[in-house]
Amino acid sequence: MDKVMRLASENGLVLFSKSSCCLCYAVKILFQEIRVTPTVHELDQDPEGREMESALSRLGYSPPVPAVFIGGKLVGSTNEVMSLHLSGGLIPLLKPNHSMLN
Amino acid sequence: MFSFYNYVLCCLFMLFFSSSLYISMYCFLPDFKLSNAYNINLTCTKAASIISSRSMDFPSTQFVPSRTMGTYEPIHQIGMWGENFKSIDSPNISPSMIVDVANKLENESETTSHELLAPSGKYDQDASKPLDKIQRRLAQNREAARKSRLRKKTYVQQLENSRLKLIQLEQELERARQQGLYAGGALEVGHLGISGAVNTGIAAFEMGYERWMEEQNKLICELRSALNAQTSDIELRILVESGMSHYLELFRMKSGVAKADVFYVMSGTWKTSAERFFSWIGGFRPSELLKVLVPQIDPLTDHQILEVCNLKQSCQQAEDALSQGMEKLQETVSATLASGQMGQGTYLPQVAIAMEKLEALVNFVNQADHLRKETLQQMSYILTTRQAARGLLALGEYIQRLQALSTVWANRPREPA
Repeated sequence: MDKVMRLASENGLVLFSKSSCCLCYAVKILFQEIRVTPTVHELDQDPEGREMESALSRLGYSPPVPAVFIGGKLVGSTNEVMSLHLSGGLIPLLKPNHSMLN
Repeated sequence: MFSFYNYVLCCLFMLFFSSSLYISMYCFLPDFKLSNAYNINLTCTKAASIISSRSMDFPSTQFVPSRTMGTYEPIHQIGMWGENFKSIDSPNISPSMIVDVANKLENESETTSHELLAPSGKYDQDASKPLDKIQRRLAQNREAARKSRLRKKTYVQQLENSRLKLIQLEQELERARQQGLYAGGALEVGHLGISGAVNTGIAAFEMGYERWMEEQNKLICELRSALNAQTSDIELRILVESGMSHYLELFRMKSGVAKADVFYVMSGTWKTSAERFFSWIGGFRPSELLKVLVPQIDPLTDHQILEVCNLKQSCQQAEDALSQGMEKLQETVSATLASGQMGQGTYLPQVAIAMEKLEALVNFVNQADHLRKETLQQMSYILTTRQAARGLLALGEYIQRLQALSTVWANRPREPA
């Protein structure tokens, strides 16, 4: 969990994913469409991936990935990101972190 | 104008005349059958009388001069006779009558026509050549008409059979539903090999959907009359809330059956064919929804226009993301199944791995439904009560139109096999 929270706070937009996960791929595409570049951590390519995955599932989301953090705070999984985007709240939330806007 | 009808009248009279002539000429022939001659005369007379009595009623038809033959081609018109008769809708004129008469003429003169007409002689040689052609054409037309009648009969019989089968199937289905459970092999439905739980889920969903559709149509009617009657905003608000929660109910039902059988939801079997044509990950496209709604809820304030615009854009982006995710899923499953050597007939490992990957499909269907739900809810926030009511009504009626299209398409006239 520490590693997860540490990584989550390192950048404005952090995405925990798995390279084989297609829903994670969909979230990546969405960020591409709104021209933001998230910092992606592929759990299946991380040596501590298993622990991170169980830490994320403890946060209450099933499946544990994709998990999106903005400004160090947990936004949620695909559901939450989609709702936020449709309500127009996603981009304003990303704006304070200018560095990752293309 | 020399009408076609009068021409045929003349032909038949000529036939009558010539056959009478030949009869009198050849009555000395030993194999000549007097009874045949008598019958021919009878039918000729009958034909003549029928035609003359009808000639007053029948309107003249156009003559089509035939360049190839250098003579008038009335025969093509015979096929059109039927149409003319039908369109006139006159009880007096029956094309089959005249065809029957012509039939009788043909049948009874068959045995004797050769003897009667073949010999050249000085009698009506020029008249007999076009007469032969006319008779041949008449015969062809009769044949074509007969075939067409047969085809129609077969088609109608097929329709009747299908109708009976449909009624039978519906009765079976009703009986099975009342029993409440599709137990394993108790019902020979197409879902062979699916566990009882899945079938129960599907059966329950289909029953629920039928009720949902009835309720939906009622809501549409209420919305329609409320909007026409200029009801108060408060009452409209109640209707809008009912409409919205009704849709939420549908998404709940879908989520339940998606857990049981995600492919059932993907196929959209419970919907009509035209609805399925527009299906995107188990339902309508949210952007499509907006395209249908927005023109119906004019006028919008500038602020609303901006918000709707933003919603359209975010919707489209989310849709694209999910669509591409689905494509990736297809690629992944396909690559997994195709991996390793093929041709040995052993593939359980590949199938097992593909199974795991396929589970993501449930998530995609849920996400797509979530997107649909969110789109509807965002619209309800942007619009006024009255606008939302009009929007819901428009959406409901659009789906009704799709369903009507499916019905009309299914019943369209087709060439019988």
